This record gives sequence, C-alpha cells and structure tokens, in this order.
Amino acid sequence: MGIGTLLIANRGEIAVRIIRAARELGICTVQAHSQADADSLAVRLADRAIDIGPPQAAKSYLDGEAILRAAKESGADAIHPGYGFLAENADFADAVDDAGLNFVGPTGESIRLLGDKVTARGLAATLGVPTVPGSDGRIDDLDSARSIVDRIGFPIMIKAAAGGGGRGIRVVTDQAEFDHRLPQASAEAKAAFGDGGLYFERFIENARHVEVQVLGDGDHVVHCYERECSLQRRRQKVWEEAPAAMLPDDVRTALCKSAVAIARHVGYRGAGTLEYLYDELSGEFHFIEMNTRIQVEHPVTECVTGIDIVREMLRIAGGEPLRWRQDDIRITGHAIECRINAEDPANNFMPSVGVVDGLSVPGGPGVRFDTMLYPGYAVPPFYDSLLGKLIVWDETRSSALKRLERALAELEISGIKTTKPLHQALVAEETVRGSTFDTNFLEHWLESGPPSLVE
Amino acid sequence: MASKQVLSPLPGTFYRKPAPDQPPYKEEGDTVAEGDVVGLVEVMKTFHEVKADAAGTIAKFLIDNEDAIMAGQPIVEISG
Repeated sequence: MGIGTLLIANRGEIAVRIIRAARELGICTVQAHSQADADSLAVRLADRAIDIGPPQAAKSYLDGEAILRAAKESGADAIHPGYGFLAENADFADAVDDAGLNFVGPTGESIRLLGDKVTARGLAATLGVPTVPGSDGRIDDLDSARSIVDRIGFPIMIKAAAGGGGRGIRVVTDQAEFDHRLPQASAEAKAAFGDGGLYFERFIENARHVEVQVLGDGDHVVHCYERECSLQRRRQKVWEEAPAAMLPDDVRTALCKSAVAIARHVGYRGAGTLEYLYDELSGEFHFIEMNTRIQVEHPVTECVTGIDIVREMLRIAGGEPLRWRQDDIRITGHAIECRINAEDPANNFMPSVGVVDGLSVPGGPGVRFDTMLYPGYAVPPFYDSLLGKLIVWDETRSSALKRLERALAELEISGIKTTKPLHQALVAEETVRGSTFDTNFLEHWLESGPPSLVE
Repeated sequence: MASKQVLSPLPGTFYRKPAPDQPPYKEEGDTVAEGDVVGLVEVMKTFHEVKADAAGTIAKFLIDNEDAIMAGQPIVEISG
C-alpha cells in the first residue's frame, strides 16, 4: 500500500514537520491552508497547496467538509490532521475513512473510547491502571457527594461537570469548607454553564505531569518512554523534557507498562500519548487521559530514542507494521524543549502580532529548531501563538541545560515579542535546574515577581 | 452632530457577543456610556474587550460579527 499523496490539514510548525517526514518517504504533499496562511512556510515547502477557506479556523481548518473536498480535488489518498483542530475528532476520522481516504491516526472508534475522559478512565480502571480517586462521574445530590468524599479523603477538587479549560474548579481541604462550598459551587456552575452538575477528584498537591509516548500498528504496541511536562502556565505546557528526571526506575517501568496495556486493549494504531500525574511524596501515579494524536512535545522523545515519530505515523498509516520491538527502544541522554510563543512575558503574556523582520536560528551539536518562521513572515492573529520549538539534546540533563542556555542566547527573533526571555529566566532558575518543580511552580513563580522577562 | 469611531486596538476576529448563545453587547440605536463594552477581539485564542471611548448613540456597526479585523480598523460609529 503506502501513501502516494498526503494532504496536510493543519498549519504552523507541525505542518512543516509533517511535510519534511513525508518528503523523506517519497510522499507527495498537498498543504491545505486558510487565506491567512497563503504565505506560510508550509505552503512554500509543500509540493502543492490548496485554499480551504477564510482565516478563522472555524471556517477553514475546522471545516471537515472543506478539507475532504480539498483532499478529493488534489487527488490525495491520505490526510494528516497534525495536533489540535480536527486531530481528535472521531466523526472526522470516520468521514475520512468513509470517503475512502487514509486518516493518519487511530480509528474514530479508538478516538471515541480513549479521547473521552470518562470512558478512558473507566477503561484504565478495568485494566488495573490507577486513576485519580474521584466520583466516577457526575454527582447531582449532596448526600451522595458526602459519602464519596468520605471515601476519597481531603483535599479534593470540586469540578463543574459542564466546565472546561480550568474553569469551574475549586479546591477544598476539610469537611466544614466542603459543606459550605458545595451548594455554592453547584449554583455557580449552574449560572456559568447552565448545569449545576459537579464531580470530584482528589487534589494531588505536588503533582508532576508525566506522559508516555506509544506507537501502535493495530496489532502491536510499544512505548517510547516518558516525558515530563510539569512547567505549565494556565494548563498550557511551556517546557518539556525526556526522560522525566525525578522518576524512579521501578515507577517508570510500571508507568510505561500501563500505557502499553491501555493502548493495546483497543488495538491502537498510530502515535498516542497517555498522560499521568505522578505524586512524588507517595510515589503513586494516576492516569488522567490519552491524547490520540501527535503532540507538540514529541521531539524530545525523538531525540532520546532516535525514532522519527512523525515518519513512523506515516508508515503505519500506509499499512506497514511497527518496525520496533520493545527491547529495541532505548533512551540515550536528555532532551529539553522550550515553546517559543508570540507573547510578551513582560506584559502578562499579551499576544504579539506582526512581521518577523529578523531571524537568527541557533545551530551546533544537539540543537534543533522546529518552526514555521522565516524572515519577513507576518504572524497572523487567528491561531495559537506557537512560533517554534527550541529543542536541545545532550548526554546528561545538566549538560543539556548548558546547551539550552547557549542555544537561547543564539536565537534571535525580531519584529515581535516572544517568550524567549521567559525561557532564559527559567533555565537560570534553581528550582528548574534542580528539577524540583511541580505543576503549580510556574504560576507561583510568575506571581512572585521573577527576574526580568524583558528582552 | 459629532460622530466618533471606535477603533480596534488589535488585529484578529471581531465578535459582537460575549458568547455565541448570548445577545450582542450593543445594537444600533442603543445608547452607550464611555467605557461600555461594544465587542470582543480574539487574537491568538485570547479575548480582549473593546470599549467605547465616548458616550452617545450607536449609529452603525462597521464590521460584522466574526469578521477578520485589522488593528486600527473602525468597529463602530458613535454619534453624540
């Protein structure tokens, strides 16, 4: 089989990344683009480009019918959705399949099973994989809420069933506060979301965010070890590493084994990531959710394993079996990725839109810059702020930190504000150097007035 | 009668409503006070309120809901 012509239904750095992998496999590329992206690097690099609609994502990159039409018109036999947009839309995956095209990713059925937090959590529990202790679904009456809280213990997070993106969450630490807050939380959820339903989870105070990369071909599943993504702002990752420096070997083994068990259970096909919270105090890990797609932070895994994950996705989608057994996959050295966003860290991360009038990309051993920037590129305001990812690899974590410091100093992007100063401050920060942070660290550090974030 | 235009401070996508299922902030013919919100501009997935910088009556919206907007582009005309 194999893919002959691939339509890339995404934009930015991931579109560029997919084009590069496809070209190395001899696959012809067609870049689907909005009218705002006609001058993008992906359009310049692809063999062909096709306009799929207006700048707003809802009218272009999120319009499944427009993308299917573009695939048909351009003679593509496969669609790579990248991340975000339609990547985890089960109905779109089914529609691609129904159109006789190849969706580079899992089946719609797998996306439904694993992409939904509640069903994935149920599946993990069935397989004996620990999940964050919680109410196992929504709670509508207060009496049953109390009995569940007795079982879970404090502190707990009360979440609005209809909430999302971090909205409608509160943490309570004892019974009195719980009794006081619960009716209030329900009323607020009703006012904000039109639904007073709540659910609970134990609040893990010093959590590290650890995730396992898996690859499956529908029959076999392997893991490519883990990444640590605890440095987050507003639940968005800003810095990722592989491997997770603080993770004991026995926990790493158990974690990776559980990820493979979950993916294998559904006959997973493609690249996927299982996310966990690791509690350093108790040594416990808890499964949270699975991302059924390529992730932004995949390069750190590529650096430590030597596996080109995007190329592997294309091979698997083209019908090839996995080319690795678990024993063949080893970790070498340490990799760190910094997300360079078009935001001003000195001005509350205000988005920065404009023309990149100068660009100097770092090089040298162990340095990679995945980006869609070129000198003269006008950053459009319609999409997320990710401009590129600076990834370094070295033999040890401490040498990787030095290399990162060097590479950040070499990186120059002028014409717009970027988060480079944030990363320069982070790489100099003792808590980051010592890997003693948790998922709350970055927000607290920013509130406490860190060193200058002005470029 | 003097009229004044409210300009968009940012480029992005313009919205006349706080959420898709809610009514617009202002309709043509409504009175506005200085500082009243007349719309939202979405830039890189963040939302920024656009406020009237003069009091008066909304004479005309110069851009449709969900249209792309440039920084400095007039959004609404206020007669006062």
